[in-house]
Amino acid sequence: MTTPSDEGLILHGLSKILGGRTIIDNLDLTVHKGEMVSLLGPSGCGKTTTLRMIAGFLIPDQGHITIAGKDVTELGPEKRPSAMVFQNYALWPHMSVFKNVAYPLKVRKLAHAEIERRVHEALELVNLMHHKDSRPSQISGGEQQRVALARALVQEPDILLLDEPLSNLDAKLRVKVREDIRELQRRLNITTVIVTHDQDEALSISDRIAVMNGGKIEQFTTPQELYDRPATEYVANFIGSLNRVEGSYNDGLVGAGTDAIGIRPEDVYFSHNEIPGGHRATVELVVPRGHFYEVYLKREDVALRAFVSSDIPKHGDIGYVRINKALIYQNGHLVRSA
Amino acid sequence: MARVKSRQKTSLPIRLSLYFFIGLMSLFILGPLLWLAVHAFATNWTYPNLLPDSLTFHWWSKVFLDSALGTAIKNSLIISPIVVLLSMVICLPAAYAAGRLNYFGRKTFLIGMFAANSFPKIGLFAAIATLYYALNLMGTFVGVVIIQLLGTIIYMTWIPAAAFAAIPRNLEEAARDAGASKIRTFFTITLRLAMPGILVAIVMSFLASFDEAQGSYLVGAPSIYTMPTEMYSLVQNYPIQVAAVFSLLLAFPSVLLIGIARKHIIGGQLAEGFQIK
Repeated sequence: MTTPSDEGLILHGLSKILGGRTIIDNLDLTVHKGEMVSLLGPSGCGKTTTLRMIAGFLIPDQGHITIAGKDVTELGPEKRPSAMVFQNYALWPHMSVFKNVAYPLKVRKLAHAEIERRVHEALELVNLMHHKDSRPSQISGGEQQRVALARALVQEPDILLLDEPLSNLDAKLRVKVREDIRELQRRLNITTVIVTHDQDEALSISDRIAVMNGGKIEQFTTPQELYDRPATEYVANFIGSLNRVEGSYNDGLVGAGTDAIGIRPEDVYFSHNEIPGGHRATVELVVPRGHFYEVYLKREDVALRAFVSSDIPKHGDIGYVRINKALIYQNGHLVRSA
Repeated sequence: MARVKSRQKTSLPIRLSLYFFIGLMSLFILGPLLWLAVHAFATNWTYPNLLPDSLTFHWWSKVFLDSALGTAIKNSLIISPIVVLLSMVICLPAAYAAGRLNYFGRKTFLIGMFAANSFPKIGLFAAIATLYYALNLMGTFVGVVIIQLLGTIIYMTWIPAAAFAAIPRNLEEAARDAGASKIRTFFTITLRLAMPGILVAIVMSFLASFDEAQGSYLVGAPSIYTMPTEMYSLVQNYPIQVAAVFSLLLAFPSVLLIGIARKHIIGGQLAEGFQIK
C-alpha cells in the first residue's frame, strides 16, 4: 500500500515482560510518516515502556519494530534513526548548550564547519542562539526543554520521540511549548510519538491518539473520534468527563437494565422552560467552574451532571432536562450511541 | 534572601561570642602550624622569650643538603604517585562495578572494604610483615608501595563508587540515543561526570599514602625511608628546627592538593552540574 520510504513507524506484535509482569501485551501500532501520535494512558499502562522499546533502550521479548521501512528490533539506540527528548531533558551538565546540541553530530564525525552550521540552525529553530554558551544549569526549565528538542532535531531523525516533554513545565508555559512543538513538527513534517498522561495535551496536539491500558491499546484514532465515539468504557471514562449510569437507554430516558450508559455533561441540556424531549428535574447543586457551571440535576429516572454556560440555574430550581446523546456499552464495548 | 535577613537580626553579644569561638578554633588549628613555621626560620626560640632570637635559612639548607633527608623526600615523591596510580588502576573499575552494576555480594564487597581500616593497623602490619619475610619483600620499594596501597583502597573505591552511582542513567541513555557507542558514552559522559569524585579520591589517596608512617616504617626501615618515617629519626637526632622545616615540607603537598581540589570541586561541575532534576 505504502512504499517503504513513506513508512513512519510500525510496531508489530510487540510484547515485553519485566520483573515477571507483562508490561506490553501483543501491541500493534502504525504511525504514518509526518504524523504526530500520542500514547495516552495512566502511569503503569506501558506507554513509556513502548517508547523505550522504540528508542532501543529496551529490546522487546516478541514482535518487530520498523522505522522508515527498516527493521530496527535488534539494533541498539545509537544505531536507530530515532531521537528522544527525555522527561527531565537529560542535558549533559558539563557541556554548554552548543556542545550539547553538537554532540550527536560530533559522534557522527561530521566536519567542523558542518557541525557549526547545523547546530546554529537547530538553536535558531528553538530560539536559543543567545544561550549557546550557557551551561544547562544556568537556563530555565523551558529553555532546557528547547535545548533537548534542538539536540534531538539536529540529528534529523526519521522519528522523534517525546517522553512527557511538558510535565516539568508550569501550566502557562506548557500550553505555549506544546503549540511550539506542534508547529515545529508540522513544519519539519517529522514523524513523532509523544508519551503523555495528560488528555488535554494529547487531544490538542495529536493527529491520532492511542489510549493505552494494561499494556494494550484500547483505541487508536483521531482526537475528535476518540471523544465522540469512545470505543470502550475505559476510554470514555479516561477522556473527558462522563455521567455513568447502569440501566437501559430508550428515547432519552434511562430505565431498568444492565447496560453501562455514558452521558457527557455537555450533552445534558437544561432549560427553565419546557423543551421537546425534556423531562422535569430539580437542581441540587451548582458549582462554578470558570467559563461554565457544573450543575447537579435530579430527574425521576436518573441523576446527572450538566455543563451549563447560559441561563444558569440556582439551587432548588425546577426545570427541564434533555439528554442529547448517550453512549451505550455492553461488556465494556460500545454497542451504540443515541 | 532569608539568610541575609536573619544575619542582620543577630544580636551583638551572640556575634561577639561567635567571633570569640572562631578565634579560639583558629588558634587551636593554626597555632601549632604557626609554631612550626616560626621554628623553621628561628635560630633559637625558647621560653621565656616571646620572639625568636633571630631568623635564618640555615635549617632549610641543612635539610636540603642532608643526603638522608633528601633521599626520604625523593622516595616520598616517587612512591606516593605510584601508589595513587596503582590504586586507580585497581580500584576504579571496582568502584564502577560497585556504583553501577547490581551483582550478588555487592554490599558485602563495599562493607568489606572497611575491614582493613576497622582493626588496629599495627596488628595488620605485623601480620603482613611475617608474610613479607617469606616473600622477601621486607625493606623493599615494592613492599612499601603495597603497604601504602592498602590505606588508599577505601578512598579509591567508596568515593568514586558514590560518584558513579550519582550519575543519572538517562544522561548516558541520551548519549546512546544521540548515536554514541557504549565506550564513547562511558568516556565522554560517565567518566567525565564522575571526575570530581575521582579527583577527591586521588587527593585523599595521595595524602593517605604520603602521610603513611606506621606500615612504611615497619616494612621499609632501615633501607627505605619516606618523609614521615624519616621524622622518627629526625625528632631524636636533629635540632627541633630541622623537624619543623621537614614538617612544613610534609604539609606542603597536602595544602597544594587540597587547594587545587577545592577549586575544581567546589567551583566546578560538581557544584553546578547536578542541579538538573
